[in-house]
Amino acid sequence: MKQSITLGKVTKFMGLGFFSTLKDLFTGKLEKEDFKSFLRKAVVPLVSILLFIGLWHMGAKTLYNIEADFKIEKAFNDQGPEAAEALRACIASGASSCQPNTLPSPSQVWDSYKSLLRDHNIISADKAAFIEKTAALNEKRIAEGKDAITYTGRPSFVDQIFRSLKTVFAGFLLALLIAVPLGVFIGLSPTLKSAFNWFIQIFKPVSPVVWYLLVFMIVKTLLIDSNEDSSFTISFISVGLCSMWATLVNTAMGVSSVDKDFINVAKVLKLGAFQKIFKVVLPSSLPLIFTGLKITLSVAWMVLIAIELLAQSPGLGLFVWEEFQNGANDSNAKIIVAMFVIGIIGFLLDRLMLTIQNAVSFDKSDAI
Amino acid sequence: MAYLELNNIYKTYGQGDNATEVLSNINLSIEEGEFVAIVGFTGSGKTTLVNLINGLLEPTKGTVLFKGAPVSGTSHERGVIFQNYSLLPWLTVGQNIFMAVKETFPKKSKKELNDIVADYVDMVSLTPAINKRPKELSGGMRQRVAVARALAMKPEMIIMDEPLGALDALTRGNLQDEILNIWGKDKRTALLITNDVDEGIYMADRIIPLRPGPNATLGPEFKIDIERPRDKTEMNDNVNFKETRNAIIEYLMDIGNERKSQAKEAFVLPDLSPKDFVNQF
Repeated sequence: MKQSITLGKVTKFMGLGFFSTLKDLFTGKLEKEDFKSFLRKAVVPLVSILLFIGLWHMGAKTLYNIEADFKIEKAFNDQGPEAAEALRACIASGASSCQPNTLPSPSQVWDSYKSLLRDHNIISADKAAFIEKTAALNEKRIAEGKDAITYTGRPSFVDQIFRSLKTVFAGFLLALLIAVPLGVFIGLSPTLKSAFNWFIQIFKPVSPVVWYLLVFMIVKTLLIDSNEDSSFTISFISVGLCSMWATLVNTAMGVSSVDKDFINVAKVLKLGAFQKIFKVVLPSSLPLIFTGLKITLSVAWMVLIAIELLAQSPGLGLFVWEEFQNGANDSNAKIIVAMFVIGIIGFLLDRLMLTIQNAVSFDKSDAI
Repeated sequence: MAYLELNNIYKTYGQGDNATEVLSNINLSIEEGEFVAIVGFTGSGKTTLVNLINGLLEPTKGTVLFKGAPVSGTSHERGVIFQNYSLLPWLTVGQNIFMAVKETFPKKSKKELNDIVADYVDMVSLTPAINKRPKELSGGMRQRVAVARALAMKPEMIIMDEPLGALDALTRGNLQDEILNIWGKDKRTALLITNDVDEGIYMADRIIPLRPGPNATLGPEFKIDIERPRDKTEMNDNVNFKETRNAIIEYLMDIGNERKSQAKEAFVLPDLSPKDFVNQF
């Protein structure tokens, strides 16, 4: 009983209230008056998801037919009626060599998802076997002062997801370490504010692609002697620089707009500069700082795909790009799988930040 | 020399054409151990006056002398109780007071500081709420925390800016008694800003009305010769109380009426009538 209350509280706190409603339904605890809210919170989203999949299925089918008809007609015009008939039979048989290449249907996407998972299992088994095989040799190599042999095979889809998450968190951390202290200084000092204002206004709207190129120019030269793969460094720095602006602006605004009453308290208590910043200014601007950080994280995740694609960093961005270039039969379906994975992870990241934000914020209306 | 002295104070906000003189020619002197109340309408510049005395603002003209030395900036010698409590919402009751005490007595050990905090929280009878945050407290409790915070710094003078303005009548009465009790214990100098004449008479030795701003200035002072400790119910029958109360209210009402009549004169309508207005009938 106690556990369910805490679980309900946690899901509600995270803005995932419908989970507890669903759970109540299955445990039979739903009251009659809750039924309306249950309908709204659980049934309506479920119906809309089904509707979405239905529309998608029908749309994909229509596009498939258009593409197929066009192909057959083209074969008819170029190669004659026999070739057209053969192609028609080929398409109807479902052979992968002659399938029309268009928007994949939901079931194709689901199949691709499963095949990606299978692929991941195969690769991880392979990797585990490799590590086991080289363990003894590596020990010897390390003892001799040589580098260990590492697995250099193709990364699986799941590996790429983790690579992307690693890049985003590194970029987010960089943004946090630059933007929060800088924002505090800018917010506290009008002089610094006017010194940095042009800088912020000009660089804020710069596109991720351009940031990537700028970082590439600099990092390439700095790491000129190194043989290491610099794609991770370049992509996380680019992500950080692209996404830090929201935090910078929000922190500066939060710090410069601290309630005058709190500043008066700090003055009357004669708090020192350090105390004033850490005991009054920062706590009071935390809600705005976290709003900024939340935007930063979602921007970071959004620009990540484009930047990984450019930097050839083996994450989700590169996965999408390679599948697009690949043009295999299930490439389109894999791209859609990646799209959903990107969307769902973005949603979860947003919830994560919201949870942290709720935990650290105080209610301003109740404050005074 | 008086304990606190304000000489020909002027305070102007804004510059050039937009300048508004909020306070003009304020002269005030308070003796040590005295309890003075300043009564005035809302918007008459009371908070500005308080901020000049506690050092948050500087006068445009004139000098504020505290123990003979000009006031520059805030000081721990002058404790302030703000109109809107001004507690830090992310700190608990104890932490709010601790922060103030730690700044005032930086040399004391943590244990000594905690003892001071506990004493003052106990004094305003909030010991059960010491670990609560301001938003979990009622308005009266929050104001008691603010009182405890100001007093825990052991200021020589205590400045109160409409401290009970936002409270209901019952809580107000209780807190008035509590403040008087604390003040009576070691007779600190006290300055109370209020919009409630009864509160001023009940608590203060002297009442000075603030004529409404812009260009607010202090009116004639009224001495309250009622023995302490004062009793609310007895006071209602006290002849002295009635007279003083009526005199102050009459004075304030006169100012109010004066203001109204001035306003009337400011918009004299031209003596015009529409063309052929009479002929229509």
